[in-house]
Amino acid sequence: MTSKNVHVKIDEMKTGSGLIKNLELSIGKVINDNWTEPMGPTPMPHISTLRDWDMKLLNKYKPFYMPDCDLCCLCTYGKCDLTAGKRGACGLNIADQSSRIVLIACCIGAATHNAHARHVVDHLIEKYGRRFPLDVGGLNVKVEAPVTRLITGVKPETLGDLDDILAYTESQITHCLSAAHTGQEANNLDFESKAFHAGRMDQVGMEIADLAQISTLGFPKAEPEAPLIQMGIGTVDPKKPVIMCIGHNVIPSVGIIDYMKDKKVDDKMEVVGLCCTAIDNTRYFDRAKIVGPISWELRFIRGGFADVVVLDEQCVRTDASLEAERVKAPVIAASEKNCIGYKDRTNDPADQIVADLVSGKVPGVLILDPEKVGEVAVRVAQQVAPMRKKMKSLPELDQIKELAKKCRHCNMCQRNCPQDLSIEPAVKAASEGDYSKLAALYEECIGCGRCEEACPVKLEIHSYILKVGEKKMLEEKNFCRSGRGAVSDVEIRSVGGPIVLGEIPGIVALVGCANYPHGGKDVYDIAREFASRRYIVVTSGCSAMSAGSYKNEEGKTLYEEFPGGFEAGGVLNVGSCVSNPHIAGAAIKVANIFAKRNLRGNYEEIADYIHNRVGAVGLAWGAYSQKAASIASGFWSLGVPVLVGPHGSKYRRMLMGRSDKPENWEVYDARSGDKVNVGPAPEHLFQTVETPQEAMVQIAKLCLRPNDTWKGRMGKLTHYIDLHKRHYGIMPPDIHMFVRTTADIPITMKDEITEILKAKDWKESIIPDPTMLPRMIRKVKE
Amino acid sequence: MSCEPWQCSEIAATKKANPIQKPEIAVAMIKRAARPLLIVGSNATQRWMEGRQLIDYLIEFANASKVPVLATAHMVGEFLKRGYTPASFMTAMDIGQRIVDPTWQGIDGKGHPDLVIFVGLPYYMEALILSGLKHFAPDQKTMTIDNLYHAHASWSFPNASLEDWASNLKVMTSKFENNGGN
Repeated sequence: MTSKNVHVKIDEMKTGSGLIKNLELSIGKVINDNWTEPMGPTPMPHISTLRDWDMKLLNKYKPFYMPDCDLCCLCTYGKCDLTAGKRGACGLNIADQSSRIVLIACCIGAATHNAHARHVVDHLIEKYGRRFPLDVGGLNVKVEAPVTRLITGVKPETLGDLDDILAYTESQITHCLSAAHTGQEANNLDFESKAFHAGRMDQVGMEIADLAQISTLGFPKAEPEAPLIQMGIGTVDPKKPVIMCIGHNVIPSVGIIDYMKDKKVDDKMEVVGLCCTAIDNTRYFDRAKIVGPISWELRFIRGGFADVVVLDEQCVRTDASLEAERVKAPVIAASEKNCIGYKDRTNDPADQIVADLVSGKVPGVLILDPEKVGEVAVRVAQQVAPMRKKMKSLPELDQIKELAKKCRHCNMCQRNCPQDLSIEPAVKAASEGDYSKLAALYEECIGCGRCEEACPVKLEIHSYILKVGEKKMLEEKNFCRSGRGAVSDVEIRSVGGPIVLGEIPGIVALVGCANYPHGGKDVYDIAREFASRRYIVVTSGCSAMSAGSYKNEEGKTLYEEFPGGFEAGGVLNVGSCVSNPHIAGAAIKVANIFAKRNLRGNYEEIADYIHNRVGAVGLAWGAYSQKAASIASGFWSLGVPVLVGPHGSKYRRMLMGRSDKPENWEVYDARSGDKVNVGPAPEHLFQTVETPQEAMVQIAKLCLRPNDTWKGRMGKLTHYIDLHKRHYGIMPPDIHMFVRTTADIPITMKDEITEILKAKDWKESIIPDPTMLPRMIRKVKE
Repeated sequence: MSCEPWQCSEIAATKKANPIQKPEIAVAMIKRAARPLLIVGSNATQRWMEGRQLIDYLIEFANASKVPVLATAHMVGEFLKRGYTPASFMTAMDIGQRIVDPTWQGIDGKGHPDLVIFVGLPYYMEALILSGLKHFAPDQKTMTIDNLYHAHASWSFPNASLEDWASNLKVMTSKFENNGGN
């Protein structure tokens, strides 16, 4: 770190010459720099520092834009029609505009995670002090912050160090977003490069948030055997008062759980959660329960299970408070980013707030002190629960039958359903007393409620679906492993070699939100398929929940069936959204710990290493948010391919290689400086897949890396071919592009593949020491 | 039959698909094309009409019209199960990206398709790919033979019932059968 500063604050000091009050003195900051590793070339990169690296990737994986809107309406020159190459009043064309939208999305995502980190770090510094040491795994995790170390060149040791690093990321996100102003950046690839930079800042921000909370709140520390957590509304005891926490920021929930423990009522109440707050609650308190992914907020609020709803930040439905009011559940807004129009009662006495909420005088309050949130939530839940008797807003079946008769059969429900679900026939059948079609929608409905908004006669269709699916909902009893946090250095030492050599066929990260095309079972099926094939399967966030929401034929969930270690055939939940950098961090640590590459401010070299050697693929099957975009962007810039499910096409831009253009697939052999064609491995950096079958085939293919040994490539090809044959019924047509020597050919398919190679006029090539960076060539050719 | 986007928010601005009012018009346009390509998505096995799947209608159409089929997702396996071999298969995004490249020489390497016909992709995916082609391959002619209006195509059938869709596909197939293919 180049800037070294000192900050002295004196609230009050008596001296011989008088009284000093509120003195603040800043002369720079002191960074305790005990890290002896030499500084790399790009510490604390600015928005253009890594542009060359970004362009290498963006020229290999060119953007394919699919504009979601033909217009630009971001300034008063507009609206400007950018259709088919027209430029707008500011001079921007549709490619620039499309990439600008990508940048804006990534900035929103990065800002959201960094603001989350800022809140967590400020709060924890206030509580524990700046010098509180970071510890994410004791002696098992010496590289505690691989992403931060790599990008900033700083080895954080205390909470105070995280505060300083956040100042850097916050400034960079501001720079990135400023580039989206009218009349700033003018080139689509430069917009994309800045989106990559926002993704890098996102990764740092997320890592800081999780480092801070793991270190201070007693979360599992790189524990493969992190507790199995009860999941599903069926695990919630309806006789107990229920507090439902929704969002991503665990701090208010910590206030609730602490108060419950302090008053010794933690076994007499239920604290349950939706989305990442749910996961982080369980990292803090293993009796907390997860009810489901974020997209099913309506399902669980309308179901009337909650006696108090606590809303923090991110991905919270903005009508969650209105829905809670319908079931007479008092609401506590606990984040200044999500005040919901409620009166700020932070400084009011708790007794008064509790009385107002219990009496129904106010439907909700804003409380920005997490300890007060805890007291108010617990006391209100205790008092309200006996009165509410779990009030529901769901109609009875005979009511549904009568209400459904009002349907005009206009089909606006289906035409507004993101899943294009066949709703009208289900409503029609319900009007005749047949609820089976409505019941069939329960699994696929993602609970957005757009059908109701579109209905001209205001039928509450989602409530009908919930009612007929109620039995199934109440039977949901599964397990999710609590977020384990980092991958330990020991684990990396065990698997680093097999990953880089290709003997472990890949790392498959199932991450992101729950905007699934056909329910969450696809996530389970994909995870189980690859775990069974002894890939390392990593989960986080809502995908971690969906992966645990189904059982095998023995009645075991995925987390019970497979071990939780970072090992072949392991299924490990790293945690919430902000835990995703543990996945990137594992790849970075392979380069650092296994391959002994320097980490410090050495982004290009490490990304180049990961891109060419670490067969990792991310799948965000239900990604919907801007945060998911920035998370993906952080992986793209590391050269890690990301797949999204069909709804992910709405991110409007793919980054795709062209397997039919051999010239795109040349790398340098670092041993000789020769250019070597390594084939399309990995073929894409960002790609939408249409079906789970296609996802499985693409995942297997995208795990191929130029550095695979023949043994590793043979194993990876075996999986690729096997999945291709199973789902497509045919040998992959591009197999010749991935066979470098005859030793790569899977033994059991030797004859078949040899024939294909002959027909394709295949020629043997070498397995290089691959790099895209000329400076990594050890011997420059004359 | 409505020429509003099937999913209401998938609107286009100034350039919208011309509606195909009769299947004969689609047939005439396909016949006029020198290098048509039919892209079939994963709904081919999800849509049922008159007790048959969409894919069965499309196989009959492809056999009659001789328009080469490119299958997306895992549809190649579904075609093969039914005894029909598509000319090619790749992901929907891969084919979209290739079509916007004017130097791409088609699935047979003999020339860029002059008419790309879409059917059976998830509506929003198809809409986005068609948008990509409208913007970045403005000279590319695109058509959908879904029963759902796609505003970003060059030509699209209006929104229609499953019964009308089945009828349209059968008429198109019969017109080619009667006239010996494309």
